Amino acid sequence: MSGQEFLKALPWVALLIAAVFVPFVAGPYWLSMATTMAMFVVLATSWALFSGPTHYISLATAAFFGVGTFVTGLGFQTLPFWMLPLIAAGLGGILAALVGMVTLRLSGVYFVIFTLGLAELVRQVVTWVQNQTGQRGMYVLTSITERDIYWMLLGLAALVYLAGWLIGRSKLGFALRIIGNDETVARHVGIDTALAKVALFTIPGMAAAAVGAMLAPRYIYIEPSTAFAPLLSFQVVIMALLGGTGRLWGPLAGVIPFTLLWEFITRQAPNQTLLLLGVVFLLIVYVLPGGFVGLWARIRRRFHQGGGA
Amino acid sequence: MSRTVLQVQGVTKRFGGLVAVRDMSFDVTEHQVMGIIGPNGSGKSTMINMISGLFAPSEGSIRLNGADLAGLPAHKTARLGVGRTFQLVRLLPELSVVENVVAGAVFGHRRTWGRTAELHARQLLDRVGLGGAIGLPVSSLTYIDTKRVELARALAGDPAVLLLDEWLAGLNPTELATGIDLVRSLRDEGRTIILVEHVMDAIRSLCDRCVVMSSGAKIAQGTPAEVLSDPGVIRAYLGEDEDA
Ligand SMILES: Nc1ncnc2c1ncn2[C@@H]1O[C@H](COP(=O)(O)OP(=O)(O)OP(=O)(O)O)[C@@H](O)[C@H]1O
Ligand SMILES: [Mg+2]
Repeated sequence: MSGQEFLKALPWVALLIAAVFVPFVAGPYWLSMATTMAMFVVLATSWALFSGPTHYISLATAAFFGVGTFVTGLGFQTLPFWMLPLIAAGLGGILAALVGMVTLRLSGVYFVIFTLGLAELVRQVVTWVQNQTGQRGMYVLTSITERDIYWMLLGLAALVYLAGWLIGRSKLGFALRIIGNDETVARHVGIDTALAKVALFTIPGMAAAAVGAMLAPRYIYIEPSTAFAPLLSFQVVIMALLGGTGRLWGPLAGVIPFTLLWEFITRQAPNQTLLLLGVVFLLIVYVLPGGFVGLWARIRRRFHQGGGA
Repeated sequence: MSRTVLQVQGVTKRFGGLVAVRDMSFDVTEHQVMGIIGPNGSGKSTMINMISGLFAPSEGSIRLNGADLAGLPAHKTARLGVGRTFQLVRLLPELSVVENVVAGAVFGHRRTWGRTAELHARQLLDRVGLGGAIGLPVSSLTYIDTKRVELARALAGDPAVLLLDEWLAGLNPTELATGIDLVRSLRDEGRTIILVEHVMDAIRSLCDRCVVMSSGAKIAQGTPAEVLSDPGVIRAYLGEDEDA
């Protein structure tokens, strides 16, 4: 790492350290809010690592997340808790690789539909298995506190950022930028585009499954219909696009305002949350293409032109 | 005798009922510039696309230094040593000019990365005459400069055979002269090239040998002087009314 890169990374490291101390100053309400934000930061940032460069919209977050919660549900009594997110990440990665191998040859539209269907498919399988074994939902009673969950998620977020930073400097990252620009050219310069996409798709898969495993104790009682709720997938897409996928910090810039707004609306008018989702979506399409990242780039360009033109 | 680099044998391509290329065979030897000429829609690009792996042939074999390319995906043919430009120029608009060329040097036939790849790309940009425009965004390049970038990208992987699909098309007379000189300099440095071209001057001055295609089939082959005086070839170019 060069001196200049170190200086650039410094504010982010400072921010991370500050975030570590949140549970010492925040009350239960704000701690819970911070946990939700940390969760969405991991989900949206890892989502954008794949969807940003490839332009494939994945709605599979809920599927991976649900798998993660069930890993904890099934394993928390027999295994040490720290192992559960690791197992979940492994399963999430394998599931993502399988799904990627089947679907990433398809064009974008089919990919969206398939990933949306995936959460439903996994949910039906889990429900079926539960019916066979005569179970319904399950209780996840642990000594894990909200603070613990928050810190775990924060650690995971740091890992996701590190992965994103490393990929950005790697051949894989360069290959993905080429794929995002012109897939035909990508193949003709020697890039195995299918392999690159599958490899990258495992990252949101692993991250979302690990998040599910970490958050399961928060729900206390888990059942398929809540663990695999498709709403989560849509929230993640909207937040990532609102922030912008062009930069690593983009999704963070979307998660913070969106989570606050969502919370506000849930309290004021609980039935209007879907409306918020729709309004923000229109906002992105018509006013903020490229999200806050795109807006920031435009402002900087203006500034560099000295306000002229 | 020169060594055969590329060997096309009995290659046919069907698109549904349409036979775009019919039973094509030809060899390209090392350091040779082979021209593929023929009227519009005669199957030249389809032939190139099968060599580069964009399409799989319906029948036949394509061998590059002994390895069968037929049906291999483009990333594999690229790694085996096929480099190409496209009839309609394809650049990577969000990447810088240098990155566009580096793209050709990282994953293909000869691979480098980092500083080395960037230096290599800069040398190639100089080589194709684009040293001055290096800092410009891709969107503000002139037409011939976009062609230069694409050529540099194809050269960056040091291909065993370079496919140029109408690389000289659309240039004005001055640019054309520059373009012909550039391709000639590639030829002088010993590159093996397949050149799809409509510009007769370019064919005469650049090609060692030509194959002529009409309605997907080979109707003549030989030196440019031979094929361009062949009555069958003249008929194919003048009257598009022949069938079969
Ligand atoms: N992907 C495709 N699907 C269906 N038909 C195709 C496809 N590509 C080419 N063709 C058809 O195959 C025939 C040969 O086309 P091709 O592009 O190879 O001709 P060409 O010799 O390169 O022509 P030009 O000089 O105009 O570039 C044409 O009839 C064309 O319409
Ligand atoms: Mg053509």
